[in-house]
Amino acid sequence: MYRYDEFDARLVRERVAQFRDQVARRLDGSLSEDEFKPLRLKNGVYLQLHAYMLRIAVPYGTLSSRQLRQLALIGEKYDRGYGHFTTRTNMQFNWPRLRDVPEILDLLADVEMHCIQTSGNCIRNVTADHFAGIAADEIEDPRPTAELIRQWSSLHPEFDYLPRKFKIAVTGAEHDRAVVRAHDIGLRILRNAKGEIGYEVMVGGGLGRTPMIAKTIRSFLPKADLLAYLEAVLRVYNLEGRRDNKYKARVKIMVHEIGAEEFARRVEAEFARLDGPAIAADPEEVARIAAYFASPAYETLPARASGFEAAKAENRAFATWASVNLFTHKVPGYAAAVISLKGIGDAPGDITSAQMRVVADLAETYSLDELRITHAQNIVLPYVKKDDLFVVSQTLVEVGLATANAGLITDIIACPGLDYCSLATARSIPIAQALAHRFADEKRQLEIGELNIKISGCINACGHHHVGHIGILGLEKSGQESYQITLGGDATETAAIGEILGPGVPADDVPDAIERIVSVYLAQRTSGETFIEAVRRLGLAPFKAAFLEKTHAPA
Amino acid sequence: MSTAKRPPLPVILLANDLLDGEVVFWTGTHWSPEPKDARIAHDDASATALEGAAAKALSANVVVDAYLVDITTDANGHGVPNHYREKIKTEGPSVRRDLGKQAGLYNIVRSGT
Amino acid sequence: MPLLDRNGSKLDDWTISEDGTADAPRILVAFEHLKDALAGNGRGRRIGVAIANTVKADALAPFLNDIDLVSIAFPAYGDGRGFSIAKQLRHAGFKGTLRAAGPLIADQFAYALACGFDEIDLPQAQAARQPVEQWVHAAASISNTYQRGFGAENILDARHAARLARK
Repeated sequence: MYRYDEFDARLVRERVAQFRDQVARRLDGSLSEDEFKPLRLKNGVYLQLHAYMLRIAVPYGTLSSRQLRQLALIGEKYDRGYGHFTTRTNMQFNWPRLRDVPEILDLLADVEMHCIQTSGNCIRNVTADHFAGIAADEIEDPRPTAELIRQWSSLHPEFDYLPRKFKIAVTGAEHDRAVVRAHDIGLRILRNAKGEIGYEVMVGGGLGRTPMIAKTIRSFLPKADLLAYLEAVLRVYNLEGRRDNKYKARVKIMVHEIGAEEFARRVEAEFARLDGPAIAADPEEVARIAAYFASPAYETLPARASGFEAAKAENRAFATWASVNLFTHKVPGYAAAVISLKGIGDAPGDITSAQMRVVADLAETYSLDELRITHAQNIVLPYVKKDDLFVVSQTLVEVGLATANAGLITDIIACPGLDYCSLATARSIPIAQALAHRFADEKRQLEIGELNIKISGCINACGHHHVGHIGILGLEKSGQESYQITLGGDATETAAIGEILGPGVPADDVPDAIERIVSVYLAQRTSGETFIEAVRRLGLAPFKAAFLEKTHAPA
Repeated sequence: MSTAKRPPLPVILLANDLLDGEVVFWTGTHWSPEPKDARIAHDDASATALEGAAAKALSANVVVDAYLVDITTDANGHGVPNHYREKIKTEGPSVRRDLGKQAGLYNIVRSGT
Repeated sequence: MPLLDRNGSKLDDWTISEDGTADAPRILVAFEHLKDALAGNGRGRRIGVAIANTVKADALAPFLNDIDLVSIAFPAYGDGRGFSIAKQLRHAGFKGTLRAAGPLIADQFAYALACGFDEIDLPQAQAARQPVEQWVHAAASISNTYQRGFGAENILDARHAARLARK
């Protein structure tokens, strides 16, 4: 993984000193709260319901053991012994004091981490495929591109006061695991007819109040042109994006209003004017970054791992976990193991400091010292030898992290919701917990198969509800929490926005409503058909009918 | 804060401590992290006094996000917010009863003046 | 209004004259009067123009050789359009003074300089709260950033130089 050189290290240290100074100027009144707020946001500090919240960048979801141990320490020393992984693969602490944040930032800098631009109207933490470098369907590892963009976008003098936040995601594979079409800019690495590698550039995706799927504005951008082209997109947006209404300020609204073709025309005109070679990183720099992501020294192992097969035969729980939570590795004899942070009854994405240390130790011993955070709020051990999987899983069992549900109905994405968030209109976590309990039975989960439920506690859609196969949005209706249910969303290369099934339901009715929807699928699916495939084939009608039919007596 | 947005009486004044983030309540003389210490305004004049206290504390850089919350008094005469959001804000996360004020855990180092 | 540049406070020797009729050695005219002011400029006055951040850099292009100052309005410090306009004007070859006018904050000073601004024209209240020392300090708080084409020193070039030195 990428390591800081002296320049990266200095910039992050100077940024900490700058923030310390900003806090001091806030306290002495030099900065008003209105002026300070964007500055703290750009260092990841929110004011939540009960306390401040600190959002720490985990660039493209990659962490080392040492970094995770430092997060564990911060959780214990400055928080309440736990943290929360978000859908943008960042870590959030829910209880830090503003007075302690500069110290926390110093501790992060010690392990080459920061909170730069994890919030605010600027270019946010860049995300990528969590199976980067290990997926068989990959054309090129997206992380060198993501790291180049991370550096280019950090403290960009021109683009730190945009109309609104700006999110970039990169995938290097055929199958999109980074939800790139739900980003302001989505980049897909591809090969053209001449065999050259470049990017498909998609612009104007995003969830929130007005969900949009990004449109392709350049089908093939040569690699060397990346930074200049991004600069052109951002400049057009910075100059012409709407600033009159916060809810219409994302680039997706501009793309929608003027059309993708016109947007592309303006970008190309700006791009043609820019001095591309002067903006681009030189090839040696690109190579320097890429070298950090070179394939590790894999051992030559048989594809069939006898120890692994024997353990599966002997231990049914392990066999189930292995059948659900492993991802096929491009190298024979290895697997990527998903550590589910969705234990039945747990808050999705939450992890204690003690668990972090155990996971860090596992990564150090069995996964070349590296971990990945996924947008589904889980952790991946990317380089585990199959014969080590049993030992790994047994350790996970001891700390309650061996839930076999990756991709299943209880692998629920949920934002923190009103239990923590000051923007939320309803709670998310209790809904996730109730659904997990309802569908806890392992056999039944396997029978239902792949089904993504995504829950947001407000219209801002941090829980990605629009692209959940089943989406749940918490709203307020006449002073009560009310949950709107959508169906048919898709977060992959076939991205789609879910459709609303009917009026909102109270919290207590959500599990029954989901149950009725799932029953339609189980009754009408054809052999091997997944939930989302069935929804596409059957259309909304049968699900809508089932959703609207009350199975319980009115109170 | 403007009087136009004043919620129905009775009300209390809450805010977050600027340095520590803790939810604090105006007692009439100082800010307390204890919801039961909140001064309850039953009439317009007292509500206006609360708004004055809020404006003063905001400009003195003691608290942030200060606003009035409508409440109902419980058997002990303490104010309990009517809205579920403010209820969660005065108690702590409903999914972690071991955290926040409800668990006697406070995040505050000094209480403001 | 108080004026400052990278060295600190600065005397403003420009006279605001929206319609360009004032008799002063340096006049700052509104964009809509720029053409007339330049046409009637037989007296050797220096002309500057004050623009809103909705004016396109292209619209100024024909005048760039004849004007000495462009003052770009920042209606609020969170409105970053001025940074892009400054960048475009510098790219178009404007060699005169670029001024950012409005309630910016000290923490934006480095960005403004990097985008090509020379000076900041602050409202009185802002300047009173944020003394000039804070601006000078803030401008130097980050030694270099990654982007090429923004000011002299950047990390990409520094790395490049380090690579050459090692060869």
